[in-house]
Amino acid sequence: MTISREDIEKVAVLARIRVDDEQVSALENDLGNILDLVDQLSAADTDAVEPLAHPLDAVQRLRPDEVTETNQREAFQAIAPATENGLYLVPRVIE
Amino acid sequence: MQWDIVIGLEIHVQLATQTKIFSGSSTAYGAEPNTQANAVDLAMPGTLPVPNEQAFRYAIMFGLAVNAEIERRSVFERKNYFYPDLPKGYQTTQLERPIVGPGHVDIDLANGQTKRVRIHHAHLEEDAGKSLHEDFHGMTGVDLNRAGTPLIEVVTEPDMSNAEEAVAFAKKLHSLVTSLGICDGDMSQGSMRFDVNISLKPKGSDTLGTRTETKNLNSFRFMEQAIAHEVERQMDILEDGGVIVQETRLYNGDRDESRSMRTKEEANDYRYFPCPDLLPVEIDDAFIEHARSRLPELPDARKARFKEQYSLNDYDAGLLSGDAKLSAFFEEAVSHGKDAKLTANWIQGEFSARLNAEEKTVAESPITGAQLGDLIVRIADNTVSSSGAKKVFETLWNGESDNVDAIIDAQGLKQVSDTGELEKMVDEVLAGMPDQVAQYQGEDDPKKRKKMLGGFMGPLMKASKGQGNPKLFNEILVKKLGG
Repeated sequence: MTISREDIEKVAVLARIRVDDEQVSALENDLGNILDLVDQLSAADTDAVEPLAHPLDAVQRLRPDEVTETNQREAFQAIAPATENGLYLVPRVIE
Repeated sequence: MQWDIVIGLEIHVQLATQTKIFSGSSTAYGAEPNTQANAVDLAMPGTLPVPNEQAFRYAIMFGLAVNAEIERRSVFERKNYFYPDLPKGYQTTQLERPIVGPGHVDIDLANGQTKRVRIHHAHLEEDAGKSLHEDFHGMTGVDLNRAGTPLIEVVTEPDMSNAEEAVAFAKKLHSLVTSLGICDGDMSQGSMRFDVNISLKPKGSDTLGTRTETKNLNSFRFMEQAIAHEVERQMDILEDGGVIVQETRLYNGDRDESRSMRTKEEANDYRYFPCPDLLPVEIDDAFIEHARSRLPELPDARKARFKEQYSLNDYDAGLLSGDAKLSAFFEEAVSHGKDAKLTANWIQGEFSARLNAEEKTVAESPITGAQLGDLIVRIADNTVSSSGAKKVFETLWNGESDNVDAIIDAQGLKQVSDTGELEKMVDEVLAGMPDQVAQYQGEDDPKKRKKMLGGFMGPLMKASKGQGNPKLFNEILVKKLGG
């Protein structure tokens, strides 16, 4: 399986990663190799195998519905690049 | 050309848990920004989610209430997309094995018919935070208190064919989740949000048209308007020979206009995959039976009981049974007031009018069901007239007194129903109005006579200081005036 330049550019947009032309060529090769590996895996016959949701053979523990967390806003906001009136500030995004 | 409208709904229902779906942070509404957003909610490295048992119990109660199969081995997936109010860069949700499988809900239509709407599934997921786009020096403010609040997303089959049916379904769902107590139902706080999928096809055609999705409608009225708006928009395009573009749209209810948010080509590739941080959740019979044991009486059953127990008609029973709090108010009132029909009338009349006028919910009513019941007793036994009863209601509502009999005494609203006393007043009043009496007796048209009778009522009410029983006055008048 091959991956096109367009595919790489689209994935880069979705992942919000800026890649230049040179990197796209390198990624074309690297990601192509990874997809070849996946193709090899896909060749295995899995018709009789139940899809695996998790590699561990265990079930999830659930938690009682009780408040255990306290307000630690000050500590979290101390490491944030920008805050105001208790809000985290981020570059403007409007969808 | 004639068109069939095809509507399917996706409804986000915020679950009324104390804490978030994957952390022990409080979900209380209205807290200071980011004071209820801890390390898990903020997606700090090294944190792990632990699911809230109550969120599963509530989702299962919903599933049981809509006659759905419960998934015994439920799995969480990651839905990847970028937005600042989604700190992890993905929403933890369910795709392949949602907790609630196919079910159905029956809705009552205005024409008296019942229609079945199929539920495709309902899954558990986490809510996102809130972005505030007011100007923070050209930046966006993010409040993550809501991030991680548990939701169920209910997805219907495209079984509705007009706005009336879609709104009836939405109201029924609201009534169901509030009766179950799994959601506070407060739409103004975003507790329920609707996405509407709409497509048109030529009348009778089997092939579905291209659909659009109008997102994030937060009131029944906006939902109805948005459907009308979108149907008209699509009809205009199709009748001009155009094609509908599959897209997500936003509706502005204040302006009654919509705009495209993104088209299919621009759509996110969500790259779903099973969440490695969460193991499959196994639900056993005991857990399901415990959830079942907590199911309260549901609106359909309550409506049937109201018809049976209180001899209410279908309309009254439907209105009073839909909202759990209103139902409880009605039953408290009837337990005091006895007369169910009269109670139903007062609740739908004076009581609802005052709530609406002051934009209050039943829970915020200043008067209790018991107080209304006490007033109903005094109306039914003729102690107060209906106009006197309104004054009592007013006094109760304003909180000036909480005792019906005390109000009646204090304001002199007690009706005089002693016929001897009333007859004396009628005699005196008629003696003072000989011309009108002659005119009445000379009139043959019963309709005109009836109208003329009203002319004596004013002076009679004045003579009795407003306390004469109008019904008895009327009877005595007719008798004295000779029919």
